[in-house]
Amino acid sequence: MEKRVVFRSAWLPYLLVAPQLVITVVFFFWPASQAVWFSFQLQDAFGLKTQFVGLRNFANLFADPNYLESFRVTAVFSLFVALGGIAISLLLATMADRVIRGSLAYKTLLVWPYAVAPAVSGVLWAFLFAPSIGIVTYVLKGFGVDWNWVVHGDQAMLLVVIASIWKQISYNFLFFLAGLQSIPRSLIEAAAIDGAGPSRRFWTIVFPLLSPTTFFLLVVNVVYAFFDTFGVIDATTQGGPAQATQVLVYKVYHDGVKAADLGGSSAQSVVLMLIVIALTVVQFRYIERKVQY
Amino acid sequence: MVENRPLLNVFSHAVLIVGVALIALPLYVAFVASTHTLETVMRTPMPLWPGDQLLENYSQVLTAGSTRGSKAAVAQMLVNSLMMALVIPLGKITISIVSAFAIVYFRFPLRMFFFWMIFVTLMLPVEVRIIPTFKVIADLGLLNTYTGLTVPLIASATATFLFRQFFMTIPDELAEAARVDGAGPMRFFRDIVLPLSKTSMAALFVIQFIYGWNQYLWPLLVTSEESMYTTVIGIKRMMVGGDAATEWQLVMATAILAMLPPALVVVLMQKWFVKGLVETEK
Repeated sequence: MEKRVVFRSAWLPYLLVAPQLVITVVFFFWPASQAVWFSFQLQDAFGLKTQFVGLRNFANLFADPNYLESFRVTAVFSLFVALGGIAISLLLATMADRVIRGSLAYKTLLVWPYAVAPAVSGVLWAFLFAPSIGIVTYVLKGFGVDWNWVVHGDQAMLLVVIASIWKQISYNFLFFLAGLQSIPRSLIEAAAIDGAGPSRRFWTIVFPLLSPTTFFLLVVNVVYAFFDTFGVIDATTQGGPAQATQVLVYKVYHDGVKAADLGGSSAQSVVLMLIVIALTVVQFRYIERKVQY
Repeated sequence: MVENRPLLNVFSHAVLIVGVALIALPLYVAFVASTHTLETVMRTPMPLWPGDQLLENYSQVLTAGSTRGSKAAVAQMLVNSLMMALVIPLGKITISIVSAFAIVYFRFPLRMFFFWMIFVTLMLPVEVRIIPTFKVIADLGLLNTYTGLTVPLIASATATFLFRQFFMTIPDELAEAARVDGAGPMRFFRDIVLPLSKTSMAALFVIQFIYGWNQYLWPLLVTSEESMYTTVIGIKRMMVGGDAATEWQLVMATAILAMLPPALVVVLMQKWFVKGLVETEK
C-alpha cells in the first residue's frame, strides 16, 4: 500500500527519520553487532586479552549441561505460562461476554494487573508464598503440604509461573473479549435454535472462530515468558534453587553481569536473538496481515 | 444473550467473582501488610484486616526507605519512575510520528531500507543485548543519568508502525488539497496530521507510560546510585536475605506505591488503554 499523493523534498525526509535512526543505530545495531562479535571471542579473567575463537563459545555452550537444562526450564516455563494464562483468560472472557449486569465492573477489576511491573508481581506472590510467614503457605500447611520454594525446585517454578500468569491474564482477557464480541450473534443464535447447548456452541462455533486470537496470544505469551518475566524471576527465585528457574534470559544476565563471562554471555545473546527472529517471523507470517511492505 | 439460562448466569457470575477475588488477593494482602508493624506481619498467620500503622509505614518509606535494606527515600524513586514514565512515551511518540510521516509522505532513496532498519529492532529486545548495550551506555558516560535511563528505550518499531498504519487511512484528498492550497509538508503535518493523530497518540501514551514506569532490567543495569533508583528497583533493594530479615511491611508499602500510578492510569483511562493495547500489538 502506497500513498498516491506525496511531498517532494531532497533533505526533509532524512531529517525526519534521523532521530529514530540515530537511536536505533547507537542503542540497537551497534550493541547487537558487538554481541555477535564478542560471541566469537574469548576473554581472559581480567578482561585484558581477547582472542578470536570462532565458534568455540557456541560449541562450549551447547556442550554445557547447565545451558541445555536452562533450555528445558525455559520450555517448561513458557509452556505453563502460555497455556495456563490462555486457559484462565478464555474462561473469564467467555463468562464476562455472557453476563450483562456488572460487566464493566468485572472488566475493570480484571484488567488492572496489566499495570503491575513483573518484578512487583513477583514480590507480591513471593510474600503470599513465603516459606515461613506466607498466608498461602500457612493454608497449605493446614492441608499437610510441605511448602518451601527456597528449597524445592518444582515449587519455585510453580511460584514464578503463577506470578507471571497473574500479570498477563488481563492482556489475554482483553484480546479474548474483543474476539468474542466480534463473533456474529446470528451464528450463535442459529445454533441455539437448532438445539445446541452452551457448551456445544462454545466448542463447535466459538472456539474455532477464536483460533486466530488464540494463536496470536500463544505467540505473544511465549515471547512474554521468554523475555518480560526477567523481573519476576530476579525479584523472587533469582534462577534458584539449583537453577530450577534459570530461564535463558536470566542466564544471559547471570553469566554476563554476575559471572562476567563476556564471550559465553554474548554467545547466549546471539542464540536468543535467533529465537526472537524466529518468533517474530512466525508472528508476522501467520498473524500480521495488516502491515504490508 | 441468546437464551435465558438462569443457572448458567449464576455460574458465570460465580466464576467471575472467584476470578476477580483471586486476582485481587495479592493486592489486598499487600495492602493489609503495609498497615501493620513488622511484628504483626511476622505472626503466622498474619491478620487479614488492615492495622493502624498505615501512616507510619508509608511516611517511613517515602522519606527514609527501609532500615535494614536500602535506605533511599522512596519519594525520590517515585520521581525517577515518573521521569521514565513520561520521557519514554513522549520521546517515543515524537520520534516515531515524524519518522512515520517521512516514510509515508515522501519518496526518497533508502526509504525502504530505513523502514526495515526500524522493523528489525522488533527483534532486538534489551534482554538479548544486555552486556553490549550496557557497555555503550558506560562508554558514553550515561550511567546514572536520566538520559541513560530513557533515551535507549525510546526507539520503537511498534509506535512507528502504529502511526504508519494510521497515516495510511488519512484520505489522499487532504494532502492533495493542502498541496493545492500551497501548504508545505510541515504545514500539512502540523495542521492536519497532528490533530488527526490525537487519539492514536493518547492510546500510545497510556501504554508507554506503563511500559516506562515498569522498566526493571534496564534501570537495574544503568543505575548504581541510590538517588537514581526507580521504585521497582527500590523494592528489590529493600529485600535483603530471606523471609525473616525482610521488613515486609515496608516492602509492601513500597509495592503499593509502585503499583498505584500505573493502575490508576489503566483504570481511569481504560478506553485509551484498551485501544492502545489492541492497536499497538496487533
